[in-house]
Amino acid sequence: MSEVAAAEMPVDRSIDTSKMQISDELAIQITGMNKWYGSFHVLRDINMTVYRGERIVICGPSGSGKSTLIRCINRLEEHQAGQIIVDGTELTGDLKNIDKVRSEVGMVFQHFNLFPHLTILENCTLAPIWVRKVPKREAEETAMHFLEKVKIPEQAHKYPGQLSGGQQQRVAIARSLCMKPRIMLFDEPTSALDPEMIKEVLDTMISLAEEGMTMLCVTHEMGFAQAVANRVIFMDQGQIVEQNEPKEFFNNPQSDRTKLFLSQILGH
Amino acid sequence: MSDTHSNTVSYVRDTMLDQQEPPVTERGVIKWLRENLFSGWLNSVLTIASLGVIWFIIIEIGPWLLNTVWNAESLRECRAILDGTSGACFAVIKDRWHQLLFGFYPPEHYWRPVLAMVLMLVALAPILFSEVPRKMLYFSVLFPFIGYHLLWGGSVWLPISVLLGFVVGYVAFRATAKLSSLVSVIAAVAGTFLWWVFLAGPFDAAMYSVAPIGLEYVRSDAFGGFLISIVIGVSGISLSLPFGILLALGRQSDMIFLKSVCVIFIEFIRGVPLITLLFTASLLLNYFLPPGTSFDLILRVIIMVTLFASAYMAEVIRGGLAALPKGQYEAADALGLDYWKAQRLIVMPQALKIAIPGIVNTFIGLFKDTTLVVFIGLLDPIGLSNAIRADTDWNGIYWELFIFIGALFFIFCFGMSRYSMYLERKLKTDHR
Repeated sequence: MSEVAAAEMPVDRSIDTSKMQISDELAIQITGMNKWYGSFHVLRDINMTVYRGERIVICGPSGSGKSTLIRCINRLEEHQAGQIIVDGTELTGDLKNIDKVRSEVGMVFQHFNLFPHLTILENCTLAPIWVRKVPKREAEETAMHFLEKVKIPEQAHKYPGQLSGGQQQRVAIARSLCMKPRIMLFDEPTSALDPEMIKEVLDTMISLAEEGMTMLCVTHEMGFAQAVANRVIFMDQGQIVEQNEPKEFFNNPQSDRTKLFLSQILGH
Repeated sequence: MSDTHSNTVSYVRDTMLDQQEPPVTERGVIKWLRENLFSGWLNSVLTIASLGVIWFIIIEIGPWLLNTVWNAESLRECRAILDGTSGACFAVIKDRWHQLLFGFYPPEHYWRPVLAMVLMLVALAPILFSEVPRKMLYFSVLFPFIGYHLLWGGSVWLPISVLLGFVVGYVAFRATAKLSSLVSVIAAVAGTFLWWVFLAGPFDAAMYSVAPIGLEYVRSDAFGGFLISIVIGVSGISLSLPFGILLALGRQSDMIFLKSVCVIFIEFIRGVPLITLLFTASLLLNYFLPPGTSFDLILRVIIMVTLFASAYMAEVIRGGLAALPKGQYEAADALGLDYWKAQRLIVMPQALKIAIPGIVNTFIGLFKDTTLVVFIGLLDPIGLSNAIRADTDWNGIYWELFIFIGALFFIFCFGMSRYSMYLERKLKTDHR
């Protein structure tokens, strides 16, 4: 046993794992992927396979390329070598493929990125109406359903600027869910939040995991990783250094880099 | 809790105090005077100095304005009535107001510009105020053609034919929509222009020979006064905004040639005085056009004013675009919105909102710049004031004409300024 302290549970309830099943159907496949910012080699030979229903937490020190990695999955960042296949569609320069992947993959950002000129409800219905061509009435019903799920239906007619950070992030999650995505990407969703609000956002993410959503989550919330992740990936200097199931990862880290990181993030 | 304070002396209030008036220096007129006029010795001096200036202006101008002559046929008659006392002679406005408003537009047709003006207000209503039913936007789209026919007259088929060009473009767009969005945009533009260049004229002629309907033709040189200012100003304003948006987007584009074209256009236009462009429009353009083509002078001026204003508009909008956080683009991308949808639904509403003060600033500047057309022989209000003075009846009158013209311009520009403030307040969605 390692001496690393156990992370705190993010919610006070027991987690229902009955629907957290991993199928052998491929969701994302990344092979030999490399990316450069100018001459800086940010991602180096990334190989990664994600099956449907997996809940993966990606962690690592800042600048290790973890955000860049998940931003490559919906091509907010372009990769220069290797292959990324999302839901059977390969990401290349083809705009049609990119739009197809983006409408299937939801993304939640560190700074929420809600549209400040639209109400909460309009934020949630915009993409379904304009991308999926869903009738307005139906889109609003779906939006209200997901706003109830993230527990803020009463804010539907307010503007993002009137909500707290935690509420905004839950709206951002609802906005992504309204597109009925098959994969959700979270890019440090709780890093810009106060501790109290972190809890409400993690709670939302956990209930999403309980429904069997395929999730990739860049986060430093190790409690969340232990509670719901089936795999933890540790990155450093643009490479995947170690990946394992959470129990093994936290209790028995293999590489020295991982041990150092864990002792810094969990140690006292 | 109570035991932690056990060492404090116990106290119970037995009579409650009634609310009392604040001291006399802290309420009513005295408070207001102290806070707003005499809050320090420097401010007191400034207050007294300002009062002095206001008093001086009233003393100097007041009697002149109050002692106004409204009924006179000429300046001579005015002076006879005033009999040596100081007084304004606004009789010139009463005598010549129709010229200041319409120029030499035939008086029996005055109803046409008036009706066009009323319809313009109707067409503007749904654009300016979201409370007005959205269906009225159809009228706003049609208004330029209706307005053109009302003002210039001639064959009614000409504006219809031009309008049909857009229909042709739309049909071409739909027909090629399945291929790719770029192809269909090119097809739409090409279809529209081909119609305008080759078929619009013959169509107009053919239809007019079959059904000669239309108002009596009024030549452009009969236009003048505020009619010309408003025609040029409103057309320039409504055309420069869309062109400015396209130029701003082009300048931000990754496509190097498109970007260069936009940058060169913007920098060239901004580097050249408007008056040069207007001279180009009035004199040089004719040399470049095929012989025999007559291209209406007002139309040429509208084009030049639009180009000029859209270059400025592009830079103002670019400022709005630059103020938008990168996250907004990323969120739009991540939701699967394509470039144009992201621009229309996410980027532009926010960028334009940020740019409202600058946009309206450009509009006001454009509207006032329409007075420059006096230098190429169009009789805008300033030009007409010269023409009125050229008449022996009114030779020597300045102030009254310029006050009238200035007041009308002020009303338009002040209106735009107030509208922009209303819009800013209405679109404010943060920290409420």
